[in-house]
Amino acid sequence: MEELTSTSTPKKGPSVPAIPSVERRMFLRALGLTTVSAAAFLTACQNSMNEIAPTISGARISADGVSFGEGDFAILNYAYALEQLETAFYMAVVEKKTFAAGSKEEMIFKDIHDHELVHREFFKAAIPADKRIGELEFDVSSIDFTNRREVLNTARVLEDTGVAAYNGAGPLISKANAIYLTLAGKIVSVEARHASLISSLLQPGGGLFAGDYVIDNNGLEKMLTVSEVLSRAGKYIKTAINPASLLALESSKK
Amino acid sequence: MNLFGIFSQIEKADPEIGQKMDFSRRKMLKTTSVAAAATPMFFAAMVNKAFAADGCAGDAIAIVKYALTLEYLERDFYRAGQFKAGLVPSSARPYVVQIAKHEAQHVDLLEGVLGIKPNAMQPKYNMDVLAAATANFPTFLTYAQALEDTGVRAYKGQAACLLEEDTATSRTVLAVALRIHSVEARHAAAVRYMRDLRVWPSGGQNGMEPDPKIYAGEDQASQGGANLVDLFNMMENKSKLYSPDMAARSVYESFDEPLTAQQVLAIAGPFFASTPA
Repeated sequence: MEELTSTSTPKKGPSVPAIPSVERRMFLRALGLTTVSAAAFLTACQNSMNEIAPTISGARISADGVSFGEGDFAILNYAYALEQLETAFYMAVVEKKTFAAGSKEEMIFKDIHDHELVHREFFKAAIPADKRIGELEFDVSSIDFTNRREVLNTARVLEDTGVAAYNGAGPLISKANAIYLTLAGKIVSVEARHASLISSLLQPGGGLFAGDYVIDNNGLEKMLTVSEVLSRAGKYIKTAINPASLLALESSKK
Repeated sequence: MNLFGIFSQIEKADPEIGQKMDFSRRKMLKTTSVAAAATPMFFAAMVNKAFAADGCAGDAIAIVKYALTLEYLERDFYRAGQFKAGLVPSSARPYVVQIAKHEAQHVDLLEGVLGIKPNAMQPKYNMDVLAAATANFPTFLTYAQALEDTGVRAYKGQAACLLEEDTATSRTVLAVALRIHSVEARHAAAVRYMRDLRVWPSGGQNGMEPDPKIYAGEDQASQGGANLVDLFNMMENKSKLYSPDMAARSVYESFDEPLTAQQVLAIAGPFFASTPA
């Protein structure tokens, strides 16, 4: 088990995907992958929410921000937030006409949008209203929607992040509610199919669909901590959030 | 629980099983599902003895053995394909090489979890079936899709088992299983993309598959007690879809469904030799 334990230990610090070098710089800019250490972020959250600069990790973090709630509801709200972001992103791609009307790519982005919308509404229906975070506001204006490659790459990284977020959060679900893990499992493989499909558009006939940047030498896909996920996706979330309960849940399971 | 024991027990329980499972190559291609259907009662009987009613393959170690069996099959299927001269066209080679690499890594990793020597638990295959599955490239892709989509469903079906077991071992295995699960889904989508199919299994849009059991129960209207097809047939929700006329399909495609260990073994059974050599 020793070998296994060492290979499944999450990497420390923010992880920047080893994407093809030509695009790497663009990615860093487009996705706001900051160098803020996840550990420092976590510590800061525990010390005092009020002392955190509102722009840390790209997300607007505030003690008064939207809380994810307690226990399994924190995990469900986390997933709900990510599905909201994905829906908003795909809708923006379609509305801003990145791809020609009727093109194969446009159809694919419409299909994926509809899946993310179904996921979003599923969580909305599944989480009781008094436990559910509201509808978040997003700002995706940093993305150049006229740039086909930037849009495809942003979609790819969002899907990669979604899969790694589910992979990281799944084990946090309590065993009393194992059904939530099954439901999350039903969704995460659809997100992985999205990631694969988008990668095939980016690199037809290549190995990007399950690239070495996202799958390690043991054939395992990445898993990301809450802090790592927020450091990638947070810059698009306009609504101030307070992830303290989620971070506390995560650290209690370590 | 030893998964391989199942197959040898099958043989003991029914001496004619070898003949029943020894399909001719032509028959296999044409009627795999029919051929597999020749043994379902038998599989059901064995499987019911061996597995819990909740579809779990057993405890965490049993689940690793179960997963390892499927990974061996995937690895050896892709190896057979890769090394068959002229089978994989150069345009598809990067896809096949990448997938085959991961399956071999999964075998190594799971063997490591069990602390066994390389190939110590490698099953014996029905070589006629493997030959049929690699007969030509379209058939190879058909079987690749079948194995990948089944693999996704198989891992998904064991996740809750591992969470509920709640031991140090099960927690370690769960983290690994989830991270293999999403890799299999990436593979499945890539193979389906190569076949020019929609990359989500539902609505029967799975091309010509070798066995209808692979996609049994994929189209679910309800999730967690919420009827999502009804939800998206309400105008306020339907109008938010870009393909409102395909609301049901979008719901089905948005969720991949699990399979129990019993269901997976019924699908994978024909690939294995009935008599350990």
